[in-house]
Amino acid sequence: MTLQHVNVKLLLENPAQVDLEPLITIFHEWIQKQVFDEMLLDVADYRHVPGGPGVMVIGLQADYSVDDTDHLLGVRYNRKAGFDGSNADRLAQAARAALTACVKLEQEPRMGGKLKFNGQDIELFINDRLLAPNTDASRAAADAELQAFANKLFSGADYSLEYQMDPRRLFGAAVKCSKKFSSAQLLQHLS
Amino acid sequence: MKVSNSEWKEKLAGKLPEHLEREVDIFDSEVALRKQGKIDERIFAETRLRRGTYGQRYDNGQRHDGAKVQEMHYPSGDLTKGPMTMWDAPGMQRIKVPGGGLNAEQLETMADLAEEYSDGIAHVTTRQDFQLHYIHIEDTPALMRRLAAVNITSREACGNSVRNVTACPYAGTCQDEVFDVTPYSHALAKFLMGHPDCQNFGRKFKPAFSGCAQHACGLTNLHDLGFIATTRVENGKEKRGFAMYVGGGLGAVPYQAKLFDSFVPVEEMMPLSQAIARVYGRLGEKKNRNRARIKFLVQDLGIAKFKELVLEERKTLTPDPRWTGFIADAEKFEEQPLRAAGEWPSATSEAFKKWLQTNTRPQKQKGYVVVTVALPLGDITANQLRSLADIVRKFTKETVRTTVEQNFVIRWVSLSDLPAIYQALEAAELAAPGAGTIVDIVTCPGTDTCKLGISSSRGLAAELRKEMLETGAKFDETVENLHIKISGCYNSCGQHHVADLGFYGVSRKIGNFAVPHFQVVLGGEWEHNAGSYGLPVAAVPSKNIPKVVTRLTERYLAGRTTGETFQNFVKRTGKVEMKNMLDDLVKPPAGDRSFYSDWNDPREYTLSDHGVGECAGEVVTPVEFELTAAEREVFEAQIAFDNNEVEKARSIAYQAMLHAAKSLVKIQKPDISDDPDQIVSEFRTRYFDTQKFWDPFAGGKFASYLFDAHANANDGHNPDSTRYLIDEAQLFIDAAHSCNNKLSSPVSV
Repeated sequence: MTLQHVNVKLLLENPAQVDLEPLITIFHEWIQKQVFDEMLLDVADYRHVPGGPGVMVIGLQADYSVDDTDHLLGVRYNRKAGFDGSNADRLAQAARAALTACVKLEQEPRMGGKLKFNGQDIELFINDRLLAPNTDASRAAADAELQAFANKLFSGADYSLEYQMDPRRLFGAAVKCSKKFSSAQLLQHLS
Repeated sequence: MKVSNSEWKEKLAGKLPEHLEREVDIFDSEVALRKQGKIDERIFAETRLRRGTYGQRYDNGQRHDGAKVQEMHYPSGDLTKGPMTMWDAPGMQRIKVPGGGLNAEQLETMADLAEEYSDGIAHVTTRQDFQLHYIHIEDTPALMRRLAAVNITSREACGNSVRNVTACPYAGTCQDEVFDVTPYSHALAKFLMGHPDCQNFGRKFKPAFSGCAQHACGLTNLHDLGFIATTRVENGKEKRGFAMYVGGGLGAVPYQAKLFDSFVPVEEMMPLSQAIARVYGRLGEKKNRNRARIKFLVQDLGIAKFKELVLEERKTLTPDPRWTGFIADAEKFEEQPLRAAGEWPSATSEAFKKWLQTNTRPQKQKGYVVVTVALPLGDITANQLRSLADIVRKFTKETVRTTVEQNFVIRWVSLSDLPAIYQALEAAELAAPGAGTIVDIVTCPGTDTCKLGISSSRGLAAELRKEMLETGAKFDETVENLHIKISGCYNSCGQHHVADLGFYGVSRKIGNFAVPHFQVVLGGEWEHNAGSYGLPVAAVPSKNIPKVVTRLTERYLAGRTTGETFQNFVKRTGKVEMKNMLDDLVKPPAGDRSFYSDWNDPREYTLSDHGVGECAGEVVTPVEFELTAAEREVFEAQIAFDNNEVEKARSIAYQAMLHAAKSLVKIQKPDISDDPDQIVSEFRTRYFDTQKFWDPFAGGKFASYLFDAHANANDGHNPDSTRYLIDEAQLFIDAAHSCNNKLSSPVSV
């Protein structure tokens, strides 16, 4: 099973305290400075949509956002272009990208220190229903690689991995670590 | 671009209707050929447009980032998907939904596509379509296959073609309709799609159906071709037909459709439409896109001559079995409920009560209602679409439609199910009250994604909505029922002409800076299928528009007579006084930099090397004064027109255009005389021939308004042509402002 178009979402602590408005200015600056490897193109503001994509910076190869899908606010990375390498490479690439964005936002003064990874909760999903239909077969095929990835990400700490069981939703899982790590620490684990 | 694109063809082989599969195969090949440089970019552009694959803002490879114009270096280099449209630049996919009708499976597919190819949001348009944004061109064939697998096509969703055939979303349930227009609209949509007689238009062509004359739901008056259900008795038997209208349209200058025939029998609906298409294809303007809509042909020929030509054309048509083949089924057509009819429930909470009041509409079938799902700015998430699919499966026979107010309606809901469906919608966060009220603001995409956008219509709509919801604004019923509609530019996709409070984006220069503004358009009529159009009152900085709304609604509340509509209030108060109400809002306050950027967009609206940090320092050039004076003259022309001084209005509007043209000529030739011939000649040489006055997308359209007015200055005029001239004068002056901005700013957004 090929895992392409990996999405990683890092859930935030105290989501109610996070004001999304400054993100519009911050994301425009990210475009201006082209802060990532991916080409950043535009900002989309969906704050008016409840449980929606929040505020996004749209890129050519990937989108970054502070996303409120399922009312779980988190820093999300959506890889849109294919990525060479193994499944492990692709999972790591997406996680590194999400963590890098999260670290930047945590350090961003305009967020007032209120945007912070909760240290434990990460969602992984594959944004392609043909490559990864949300079925038992996909779960069986991908489980070992997802477990290996989580193991590496949390550096051997205990975690639980709960799959998204609604067949209409994207194939993916919520991973919860028993121990708290900062986004910078997790980034280090993947280096 | 998705890795799986090429695999969808195999995965869905045999699951698509044959004709749709063939269409997508062809488009797939065309994408590949263009990528290899084997199809000319212009041809490919029209090809993809006819598949609903549209350009999006910044797709010319440039973007102002707040400090400078940045070149965007895409991986595919110089490869384009049309003139000045880079291959890799994300675009918009428009998806046709005839009459807005969808089933649950189609909603789920839309959800999947929004999630996998777009940004997780599906957007409902003012013509019952869907739009998905930020789509890569190479993803579109796979996306289209997946749509085709649930019997949806994007064919002719854009381009010079017959666009989505819209219809009243209450058709079949409305208490006031003459009969259900649903099967007729579907039959016509099917008949015209890809029809050989519809492939040679100079511009788009939009049909619409309404079941009655008095409500707004079909908006037939603003369509190229409009049908309003009617009947008459023939030989003692009731016969179905349509009042048929032609030549309506919004755009920069709105035209009311003309009555073609007060009764067209249903069996003549298709042949007459075909004959109209042939006449339009043959005689409609082709070279000048700005005069290519059928409204111009009808206006130029006059409705009597146009009708004569169509009826002659009708005689030449070879009979087609499709003309009448659908009628027997159409007359029997009736949607069915899933659940038994019920009784009104008692409201258990204030929220439920409010929702019942604004979001339900009793059907003509006793015991059932239509439930409206109000979408903020027409946006819905993938998860909400899936929840909606579950809800319509549970409570109805999947009878859901999109509306021209960018909402959904769920039809055939049993009254007894209202508490349960409210709970289900609430769980999906789709139970916001206020459908069709002042908070249910209609807006086009504007500068968020549209290449033509001038001001941020969505940003403004979001702000107005937020303010009204946050302050818990409690209006009385009359104010609550006002309509706000916003377009990002003069092209009217937000239908601002038919709103009580309409706004369209313009820019104005203040000192050395361009400032986003909206023209305030008051007193349009939404009812009676968009019965009349509003007129511009004043251009106001975007950031002052919330104050405009507050002030106008307060003045209406305080000053209306018993039962007086807003439209009548505007008429009675008069435009001078309405404008006076806004006088202190037309200039940005000194020193407030926030006015120099748009809603939800922190970038300075226009940047140049002059004036950074000098926002408060006004530098007004002579040309700006002159343009302001010309704008005032247009206003005076409007007043004269309202006072039935048609000739005076025409003369002032024409003089205003000359005034604006002269002000620009003066920049280069200070000794220009007042002779109209000389002004127009100099303007043509210096600004039109050099393309300095050209709009990036409308080309020389606005200059042609001056040339036409000058050429026809001594001809007779009627109220219609004068009304158009006044609108054209306003647009010409808006363009003169833009031209002046462009000439005096080294860099502009």
